Amino acid sequence: MGGWAIAVHGGAGVDPNLPKERQEEAKRLLTRCLDIGISALRSNLPAIDVVELVVRELETDPLFNSGRGSALTENGTVEMEASIMDGPKRRCGAVSGLTTVKNPVSLARLVMDKTPHSYLAFAGAEEFARKQGVELVDNGYFITEDNVGMLKLAKEANSILFDYRVPTLGTCGVGAALESPILMNGLPISVYAPETVGCVVVDREGRCAAATSTGGLMNKMNGRIGDSPLIGSGTYACDLVGVSCTGEGEAIIRSTLAREVAAVMEYKGLNLHEAVDYVIKYRLDEGKAGLIAVSKKGEVACGFNTTGMFRGCATEDGFMEVGVW
Amino acid sequence: MGWAIAIHGGAGDIPLSLPPEKRLPREAGLRRCLEVGIAALKARNHPLDVVELVVRELENHPNFNAGKGSVLTTSGTVEMEASIMDGKTMKCGAVSGVSTVVNAISLARLVMEKTPHIYLAFDGAEAFAREQGLETVEMSHFITPENIERLKQAQEADRVQIDYTQPIQKETPKDAAVADGDSQIGTVGCVAVDNEGNLATATSTGGLVNKMVGRIGDTPVIGAGTYANHLCAVSATGRGEAIIRGTVARDVAAVMEFKGISLKEAAAYVIDRVPPGTAGLITVSSTGEITMPFNTTGMFRACATEDGYSEIAIWDSPSK
Repeated sequence: MGGWAIAVHGGAGVDPNLPKERQEEAKRLLTRCLDIGISALRSNLPAIDVVELVVRELETDPLFNSGRGSALTENGTVEMEASIMDGPKRRCGAVSGLTTVKNPVSLARLVMDKTPHSYLAFAGAEEFARKQGVELVDNGYFITEDNVGMLKLAKEANSILFDYRVPTLGTCGVGAALESPILMNGLPISVYAPETVGCVVVDREGRCAAATSTGGLMNKMNGRIGDSPLIGSGTYACDLVGVSCTGEGEAIIRSTLAREVAAVMEYKGLNLHEAVDYVIKYRLDEGKAGLIAVSKKGEVACGFNTTGMFRGCATEDGFMEVGVW
Repeated sequence: MGWAIAIHGGAGDIPLSLPPEKRLPREAGLRRCLEVGIAALKARNHPLDVVELVVRELENHPNFNAGKGSVLTTSGTVEMEASIMDGKTMKCGAVSGVSTVVNAISLARLVMEKTPHIYLAFDGAEAFAREQGLETVEMSHFITPENIERLKQAQEADRVQIDYTQPIQKETPKDAAVADGDSQIGTVGCVAVDNEGNLATATSTGGLVNKMVGRIGDTPVIGAGTYANHLCAVSATGRGEAIIRGTVARDVAAVMEFKGISLKEAAAYVIDRVPPGTAGLITVSSTGEITMPFNTTGMFRACATEDGYSEIAIWDSPSK
């Protein structure tokens, strides 16, 4: 085997004019999460535990759109979703519609480990969380001032904001988006990528795992489910590879993006980098998205067709990189 | 080339000794729904309209596990889910946790066409249904005495049961995969192609008997229970958790494309790779081929092609 490898992301689609300070903040968080994952891998923690650990860290930090700091629904509330998948037996767990669970990725893990099911949502998921005794908080805990402000702007623009910091056509601010709205699914919404978070890991035994977590789209309809909890779309892991995606949820679902990476490796014999390039180039059409992936051989790759993706990756031989563009 | 259509009413451990009073209504249901689909295709309706129409019929039929006749959650409630996909545009729609909407598949279609989203669930889905003026009823409308009985048996046996056509056996089932009560059946679906190669698929279900409240299966997960692109349209049925893990519907098309094999070979390949007794699927290709493989004891199914061929079956048949 090629040793361990890890990648993390904090969303695809970044404002070219994002203030330096925000970029640095994001890179610091990504670095911190990478370090957590690397320590865990050096202590021989299995891949499935590492991805959960790292995504918990990303959920707890308010910077990205998951857990605390999640985007808000049209009603100003938070509804979170997540999924996790363990490559060796392709065991998986997913949750949607969480409003009080502090770490959605851990509840997804419990669905995988403690129920005969793969996916629990809304009231049923919250009830399960209560019974499992996981940490619960008020919905208000997840809501940040920044996001309350963004929701207001989104409503004024009467559009769905992916990321308030990503203007269209390279000009600044939401104003530009209003002037030239980009269509998604045939309806006028601004094209911004959400800061979904994710982590993929291959450990020293060659086991791959993946996990993804998000608050979803700003101003989304209550009850809207995106790609993050859908196995094969936002998250996928098998013997060969672990993948986590971010970007336009609907485009990722339509292209079953995470599964696609594995499928071209499995059925077309592409290697990890070829697979990631192929999928980003040919499977997204007009959709905007990014992904991170690791292979059982210890390789790591990321790809995106957006203007940037918050990401970090590291391999056992000492390679480490954190980037935005 | 011509049009082609296939429908299913669930794959599972359907015993060969299924008594006539259980078998005949389902065969009649399949026959009627197939005829509805055939008439719609002959009238040159778009496959997307055809699959929605046929699945609405299957949902309304009380002997299949969708719409009326849905199996019950552990709380005795009904939580239905469905999804629909257009092969040409790859547009799709899905719903989960629907308890009062008469036709979940139509709600899924509206999500696809009237929202910027693909998937709505629970309260949000119900609210959207009302906004759209879809027909809603009291949840009791969907609950049948048979399903109340099935739930009772499952809870007594403390199992989650996928096979709703037979009472839970008191003795231990021989198949290890069935040990916790999961003999696989349930879900309805329809795939269709017109003579221009336009493909569509639709799947709908009440889920698993005695499932946890809030449990979502493969049916609304695009790529798992439902998928269509320019090559083929697929609707799967069986053990949801295995179908999700196996990305079954997506894989049929992926294997055709990446391995360059036929629809029949691709479908067989995918079914072979899920654990025995866990899944079945129906699929049509853009050129009008049909195949309906399953690795369970049986699958309620029917199909027809423009050249006059038609078939209704439950267990193995020569053209499987």
